[in-house]
Amino acid sequence: MKPVLEIENLRVGFPDGTAAVRGVSLRVGRGETHCLVGESGCGKSVTALAAMNLLPRGATRSADVMRFHDEDLTRLSERQTSRLRGARMAMIFQEPMTSLNPAYTIGSQMTEVFQRHRHATRAQGMDRAAELLERVGITAPGMRLAQYPHQLSGGLRQRTMIAMALMCDPELLIADEPTTALDVTVQAQILRLLQTLQRELGLAVLLITHDLGIVARMAQRVSVMYAGQVVESGSAADLFGAPTHPYTRGLLACIPIPGKTPRDQPLGSIPGSVPKTGAEFAGCAFRDRCTYATADCAGTIPHRTVATDHRTLCTMVPA
Amino acid sequence: MSIAVEVRDVRRSFTRRDGIFAARSSIRAVDGVSFSLESGGVLGIVGESGCGKSTLGRMILGLQPPDAGEILIEGQSLASMDRRTRARLIQPVFQDPFSSLNPRQRIGDIVGLPLAAQGAISGAQQRDQAAEMLTRVGLSAAIMERFPAQLSGGQRQRVAIARALVLRPRIVICDEPTSALDVSVQAQILNLLAELRRDLGLTYVFISHNLAVVEHIATEVAVMYLGRFVECAPSEALFHDPRHPYTRALLASVLTAEPGIPIPDVGLGDTYPDPANIPNGCRFHPRCRFAQDRCRSEAPLGHIAGDRLVECWYADNDSS
Repeated sequence: MKPVLEIENLRVGFPDGTAAVRGVSLRVGRGETHCLVGESGCGKSVTALAAMNLLPRGATRSADVMRFHDEDLTRLSERQTSRLRGARMAMIFQEPMTSLNPAYTIGSQMTEVFQRHRHATRAQGMDRAAELLERVGITAPGMRLAQYPHQLSGGLRQRTMIAMALMCDPELLIADEPTTALDVTVQAQILRLLQTLQRELGLAVLLITHDLGIVARMAQRVSVMYAGQVVESGSAADLFGAPTHPYTRGLLACIPIPGKTPRDQPLGSIPGSVPKTGAEFAGCAFRDRCTYATADCAGTIPHRTVATDHRTLCTMVPA
Repeated sequence: MSIAVEVRDVRRSFTRRDGIFAARSSIRAVDGVSFSLESGGVLGIVGESGCGKSTLGRMILGLQPPDAGEILIEGQSLASMDRRTRARLIQPVFQDPFSSLNPRQRIGDIVGLPLAAQGAISGAQQRDQAAEMLTRVGLSAAIMERFPAQLSGGQRQRVAIARALVLRPRIVICDEPTSALDVSVQAQILNLLAELRRDLGLTYVFISHNLAVVEHIATEVAVMYLGRFVECAPSEALFHDPRHPYTRALLASVLTAEPGIPIPDVGLGDTYPDPANIPNGCRFHPRCRFAQDRCRSEAPLGHIAGDRLVECWYADNDSS
């Protein structure tokens, strides 16, 4: 089946010389949740912003393939991308308070997208907004439409953001840390909602998170990012059941599981910190923190296939 | 065993105004909390944002006086203690190592400042002790000449821990000490805190919203809801046999890294707790799916079920 979003060898550089994304490839299919997981600064958000053509000024972007359905995203003008963005490709962010405009009502912000992309009237927009607010589990949508963002709780704001993203029936939803600012109890509600919507609407979801708990419960496919590269990718079952890259394995050992992790023993941890990666950086970026590192790790690291659809970027895995 | 921290029916309210013309409303942030913590123990306090856990921590540190109630540190009243004595007994580690370290001071001065504030110590001694503590938390003494902006998040949190420990306090209040850190760094800091507690015989009050982290480090756990402890028990007991419906919901909402398990329906509904408007009766009843008539009218304050505090009328009933 043809993927909704396909990225091959994406590179993003910033004016200060950092190479934020260094050859990322990923695919998201219809009705599939693909999780992009990694620690802060690994390039996961920059990857998403590059796909949406929302990179900050001065950043450079190149890719062998970057396709949304049949649209070649590398060739589209800004005007053409803006026609896709918010309509067929939608995005939700971490902190709903900063991504909603505090000076406009929920209703007017929600209808704006719809009026712009669908050339609809304000009344049609309001009807659609009310329908979607109800769809994401907000009671009394009529009242909410007239309210301002500060009048809503964090959970309601994030539901509103999701409803807004769905206004024009997108095919791809990019969610960047959608529940990080929320309490755990609300997080579970929002994730359940995303899952239901995805199943019912057949959305392709690219979910960006640092939380392996969320990845385990939400993802069909997972890409683990480290220092601008995807170091391991595969199905959720492969990644959690048979992780091969030392970084993936290290991450999994770092998080305590209540009732399972022995309490009197130290948690696994990864010593050291992430290196600075410029354009000329060569070799495995994890080698300084890796207990298995050898001289080979300073050379070029080929992608190795562990099993069908399970790839890793490590010399330890035999070719 | 001696008691390190004893808190007796402590309360604290704030007034809030929602707008220039709105009436003032009173928020009961901490609404009658009591506990005692043995020395060498770790009390984990968990709860959602706005439940009053940080306010409680600030009161135990003496940064905010309680409106009512009493706090005893190693048997002495906190209210009658002078600042220097207090600083030698109890120290904080806060969440964000980016804002809790002065960006214009060198690391050596940051860690040495508590010593200087105590007076009667030479500059050389100050530097020696700061260097010793920095090595103790896993940093090299060479870092003393650097500024916070030159360090990573994990290194900064180590500096914050060194600063808290340089006076050799007995008790450390950790308020979300790992929430701003990446998971790999979080594990390093948790391991360090556990090791320091064992080696130096420290007592921790560990405030966090992350139950998995609390389970790993705490010996006792208190679940806080709208300003009160609604359940408090030894860590093992609380995690294996949670009695309060809110504790159960919190535990259910922890997403462990185990694929194939669906996301739980926590069943707390859409009503959010508002500390300006605490419900009558049991404060949790609007979100509780087991609420009965009694819960709506009568508050289960101080209710004991078996061996522990559980502020729920039906906590004695077997779980259903």
